[in-house]
Amino acid sequence: MLSYALRRLAMIVPVLFGISVIVFLIMALIPGDPALAILGSFATPENVADLRRELGLDRSLVEQYGIWLGNLMLGDFGRSYSLNRPVLDEIGDRLGPTLLLAGASLVLCTVLGLAAGVVSAVRQYGWQDKTLTLLVLVGLSTPSFWLGLILVLVFSVQLRWFPVSGMYAIYGGGDLPDLLHHLALPAITLAVVATGVIARLTRSTMLEVLRQDFVRTARAKGLDERTVTYGHALRNALVNIVPVIGIQTGFVLGGAVYIETVFQWPGIGRMLVTAISTRDILLVQGGVLVVAACYVLINLAADLVQHMLDPRIGT
Amino acid sequence: MAGKTWAAAATGMALAALLLMGGAVRNPAASQIPDEVLVVGQIAEPKSLDPHAVTATNDFRILMNLYDGLVRFRSGTLEVEPALARSWEVSENGKTYTFHLRDGVAFHDGTPFDAEAVKFNFDRMLDDKHPQHDTGPFPLAFFFSAVERTEAVDPLTVRFHLKEPYAPLLSNLAYPTGLLVSPAAVRAAGKEFGRQPVGTGAYRFAQWESNAKVVLERNADYWDGAPTLQAVIFRPLTDANTRLTELLAGGLDLMVEVPPDAVDLLQKAGGFTLYEQAGPHLWFLILNTREGPFKDPRARRAVNLAIDKQALVTQVLQGTATVADSIVPAAFEWAHDDTLEPYPHDPDRARRLLREAGAENAELTFLVAEGGSGMLAPIPMATAIQADLAKVGLKVNIQTYEWNTYLGLVNQGLAGKADMAQMAWMTNDPDTLPFLTLRTEALPESGGFNSGYYSNPEVDRLLVEARRSTDRNERADLYKRVQRIVREDAPWAFVANWKQNAVATDRVKGFELQPSFLLDLAHVSKSGG
Repeated sequence: MLSYALRRLAMIVPVLFGISVIVFLIMALIPGDPALAILGSFATPENVADLRRELGLDRSLVEQYGIWLGNLMLGDFGRSYSLNRPVLDEIGDRLGPTLLLAGASLVLCTVLGLAAGVVSAVRQYGWQDKTLTLLVLVGLSTPSFWLGLILVLVFSVQLRWFPVSGMYAIYGGGDLPDLLHHLALPAITLAVVATGVIARLTRSTMLEVLRQDFVRTARAKGLDERTVTYGHALRNALVNIVPVIGIQTGFVLGGAVYIETVFQWPGIGRMLVTAISTRDILLVQGGVLVVAACYVLINLAADLVQHMLDPRIGT
Repeated sequence: MAGKTWAAAATGMALAALLLMGGAVRNPAASQIPDEVLVVGQIAEPKSLDPHAVTATNDFRILMNLYDGLVRFRSGTLEVEPALARSWEVSENGKTYTFHLRDGVAFHDGTPFDAEAVKFNFDRMLDDKHPQHDTGPFPLAFFFSAVERTEAVDPLTVRFHLKEPYAPLLSNLAYPTGLLVSPAAVRAAGKEFGRQPVGTGAYRFAQWESNAKVVLERNADYWDGAPTLQAVIFRPLTDANTRLTELLAGGLDLMVEVPPDAVDLLQKAGGFTLYEQAGPHLWFLILNTREGPFKDPRARRAVNLAIDKQALVTQVLQGTATVADSIVPAAFEWAHDDTLEPYPHDPDRARRLLREAGAENAELTFLVAEGGSGMLAPIPMATAIQADLAKVGLKVNIQTYEWNTYLGLVNQGLAGKADMAQMAWMTNDPDTLPFLTLRTEALPESGGFNSGYYSNPEVDRLLVEARRSTDRNERADLYKRVQRIVREDAPWAFVANWKQNAVATDRVKGFELQPSFLLDLAHVSKSGG
């Protein structure tokens, strides 16, 4: 188990290195000059040239990448020029909210997805199954940013139950209930699609497992239905469900980018959208790298859990 | 059995939902904004709160309430009045400005405001050997490039020595770049000063929570009368829909830059007041006077006649702009020639002029931006202009670019690239735009912004003279002459002047939009809802 974990950890480094190269190239190749973005419409060619020199933009791409990577090794992500503060400070401020939002969504979609899937499987073709299948289909086919807007219009503007945007009340608040209050709509919006995916998969996996011999054996031993369903069947089904939850985490992190924009959630996703539009290369690179690292670590965690559930996998 | 399973699952779901809605059942009044706090919806997170380091109107809106300059624009006008300077004299030759400072004013950190503090501000921006010069960059420092040196004559007298007479100096001092920062705070904070700003303004800085809010608190000792409000909170809401829903849901008292589509909706909703104010903004087309059909002034006049500007501002811009008539926006009341009529929409005359110029059925390349500062709705406007020009027989090919790329392209000049290009400027003095964009000496090859290569010795002479004159009536007269010549020469197609707008709830009292596009909240209050 330990050696497996270490082997997997060692693989993260080349992955992140590859990502850093790709991100660097994309930022270098898209149009738009950061120096012009900073100086605005009044920029004279002379000022632009000075600033490009100051930012190191006049060097070759390889040189620029080398400098960036060298600083990165020393833990220096550089300074964001659109925000005029260290990239690492900004990411530090933003990582928490994104992880909180993604985490809440993950808890939601896992709990709801598993519950709905199990009920659907146990009650195959019953009314619960039909209702849930319909709900899952609707959830899977609703664009989340649109759903977010609708939720805001209904629950925030009309009913005034929830705040429209942000993470804490602008005035007062700042406690845990306040945070949950702000978290509800974006987390639900972000969880909808993943819930559908997990529910579908759980249903089909459970149906398959429930038909297997060992379940029949368990029932024959006179175990009660609950122990059979949850103790035996679900545990075996989880081996196949966990990696998908890992993959869904990636989608949830990706979805956070535009859900954060809809709800003005102060996370990395919104930071990246702004940073890309202002050509803040260092901020984009740092942000993407950190998100990628999170993604890789989450996948690793999912693999390790799967490995624990079924040690034959991945060795 | 299985029924129990279902019940258990349902309970779990209900619990999870309840947990998340923890706040839903809270007393909604708890999160209500009190009457002594004003919440303003901004279009973006500020870059910095250092007035010398920023260029965006979005940031200026906050800065005006934190800092003061030596002078300021009198409310509702673009005319300069005293602020931290009680009075000033300009020498006969226009090269020395002496300011007498207000006594007993202190920065929010207790640093006394005096001549040395003023000198520090301009040295920091203009002198690259100054110890705090590295706290920049200072992109708009060129507003003060005419300043040779500043001199602290005594604690309450500061003198600006200019390289040459430069009449726009006072307007530039009233502009946010002329706002004054606390020297002690800059020395202490260095590059971080932009996140810990210290000025002398009506409000002092309290808190900046990244991407959530900037909070300013009432400055009880403000020299110009302490504000009624206890605090102003600026919220960066980059998404226009979010700004709108926040306003409707009571999370904002005031929002700026309301999309045209939303104005109707808010008026139907009721309880809101719309404010509009034309400002010193001009949206125009640069025409390439060096090569192609627009070498001939008749073809350039034809373009001005062919574009249906009224339809553009009422239909495409839905009334958020007015038709432009000249190079000086009407907001500069004192310098604008009110006798000038905008070019009428006259396709027949346009066709005739094109025939005379031999430019019938010419094919034109038109550079268009995808967005950008002050550019309004560049793509819909471009297609409307394309259709108008097609009606007089001109075939227009549109090329669109991302804003920063676009600026780079256009600022290098249109030669070899295009016949026309969109552009928009917001300025603080009638001098800025023509001086930087229409003089022979401002050609792109000399580092200027004259991308259409217009050259008229008479205009060059008048503009230089207007800069040197210290008499405002004389200056106004010179600018009026420039407007008439430029209208006739038509180096540009003059299209629109943007009307800035804002929407506030009816509870907000004493709010006015300024033609400077700045937001002055010193005298705003809120009544009970």
